[in-house]
Amino acid sequence: MRRAVGLQQLLGPVTLVVVAALLGTLVSASTQSYFTDTLVNVAMVVALYVFIGNSGVLSFGHISFVAIGAWTAGVLSVPVSEKPAIMPDLFHFLRTTTTGNVPSLALAAAVGGVCALVVALPLMRLSGLAAGIATFGVLEITHNVLQYENRIGPGLNTFSSVPETTDLRQAAIGAVLVIAVAWAYGRSRFGRLLRASREDSAAARAVGVSVYRQRLIAFAVSGALAGFAGGLEVHLLPVNTESMYLDLTFITLAMLVVGGATSLWGAVVGALAVSALDSYLAVAENGTSLFGWHVDFPSGTRELVVGALMALVLIVRPGGLTGGREFKLWPR
Amino acid sequence: MTVTWQNLADAMSLGAIYALMAVGIGLVFGVLRLVNFAYGQLVMAGAFALALASQWNWPVWAGIALCFAVVIVLSFAMDWLVFRPLRGHSPAVMLVATFAVAFLLENVALLWFGALGKIATSVASLNQPWAISGVDIRKISIVSIVVAGLCLLALRVLIERTTVGLHMQAASMDFTTARMLGVRANRVITFAVLLSGLLAGVVAVLLTVQNPLVTPDFALRDTIIVLAGVVLGGMNRIVPATIGGFAIGFASGLLGGALPTTQSQYLDSFLFAAVILVLVVRPGGLFTRARAVERV
Repeated sequence: MRRAVGLQQLLGPVTLVVVAALLGTLVSASTQSYFTDTLVNVAMVVALYVFIGNSGVLSFGHISFVAIGAWTAGVLSVPVSEKPAIMPDLFHFLRTTTTGNVPSLALAAAVGGVCALVVALPLMRLSGLAAGIATFGVLEITHNVLQYENRIGPGLNTFSSVPETTDLRQAAIGAVLVIAVAWAYGRSRFGRLLRASREDSAAARAVGVSVYRQRLIAFAVSGALAGFAGGLEVHLLPVNTESMYLDLTFITLAMLVVGGATSLWGAVVGALAVSALDSYLAVAENGTSLFGWHVDFPSGTRELVVGALMALVLIVRPGGLTGGREFKLWPR
Repeated sequence: MTVTWQNLADAMSLGAIYALMAVGIGLVFGVLRLVNFAYGQLVMAGAFALALASQWNWPVWAGIALCFAVVIVLSFAMDWLVFRPLRGHSPAVMLVATFAVAFLLENVALLWFGALGKIATSVASLNQPWAISGVDIRKISIVSIVVAGLCLLALRVLIERTTVGLHMQAASMDFTTARMLGVRANRVITFAVLLSGLLAGVVAVLLTVQNPLVTPDFALRDTIIVLAGVVLGGMNRIVPATIGGFAIGFASGLLGGALPTTQSQYLDSFLFAAVILVLVVRPGGLFTRARAVERV
């Protein structure tokens, strides 16, 4: 019975992702890109959930690892022949190496995870506001360095010539993979200990949980997943430093909070719901008909509506749409 | 690295402005335990009010009055619509909520005024240099320092010498006990929001004079840096928070002005690395005396 409950917690989110992917195969190619985008968002938000949801500590810094993953995968997959034109100042070994799609994603995850671990070593000693500001600092530093360091990427330019291998199928597989890792982590001893510390830190410490160590593990796992999601993103769209900064931080946090930060189910539901709304508004900004009227939403409406929605959910339903509970077929 | 008098004056004035923002954020934090990430958007709204006023050819005083009116109305609206329903939630939830409000307001400005923003020309005359014993210093640098000093002085008198100020002090130490002893919660909070709004108005005027091009992300960077400074100084008390704000403004102003561009492009990284370092060593803040009790 307990195993069945656990399996449901995996199968609920996975089913949702698969349904979204299948819906995506039914629509035109231009609309399909919204579905692909949505699935990459699911991967990012689930990566955020692994740390924020399980530990209850806020992090504004996770988009750093998405960016680091994107940079890793992007730099490694631009063909060698095109590197001198776009990124003339690269380190020698980066200039002469090119990897395929799958190795670049694996490396994105690895580099994201290692960076997250290094960052977490000092940072996980903090909690509350200090942790929030410090993770913000990590985002600022990453953004700043990637912007001006031409030896590891395109700097202020946009990542062009990265093979666009993230199609609907790859995005769906990626999202399912991230969900599976997040689920396995959540079911593991580490995930349980960390959640115990989230619910009652004093009690968890009293029974011998090292909150520091558990947060460290979660941060590293979550950084690796974020790096992987960044790899998916760079293979989908031409990204630059601005597209992996405050706006993305905001929108992914919004997705997590709207869905319900304390459950995997909430992360997936939030990512899908907000992405769906966001995509609808993106289409609507180009003109649409609403209840028979033709409406042209001015550009910027998306962010407006998503911001308002996030504030509203926080005020009216702080637990998020799912109330922060895991998926369950039959309520006991 | 060469430091000129102008650099020094600029750094002082940036520090002074950041100190005001730090107080504005710290006052609300004191009574509500809420970090207002959207504080910069209050400043941005005030700056747009100034820009609009100058577009309509209003006299300077009317523009400044409009600026204060907009900022104060907006900060009360924020209190009513967002802070009030969120009272008692965890600090993290409140921080995310104000993050959402910040994003919302920025996009309202984007929809309304466009990404290129507006220029506030009417107040630009203060940006002229003044020759003081052979050294040219922009008027606004001096004005900022003086205005900020006066504001902080007035605030100090208000908090130390008036009843409502004392109530506010008590509330920021221990709200529950303060209420038991007869402090009216709503009145204290309203007062703090009002003061914080007034300060945002002052900051809006000073920043707009220094940088007349008002865009939707006006003061966003400043808010992030001030927040870091406030946490750096010590969030729980006003004076350390103010010193933290001043210090980070002064440091970034001085280094940003004096370093050549090839080095100053990494200024943000060093600034935030220093912030992280300090936080790891002293999570309670640099300028607080008591050892911070760790709340998880």
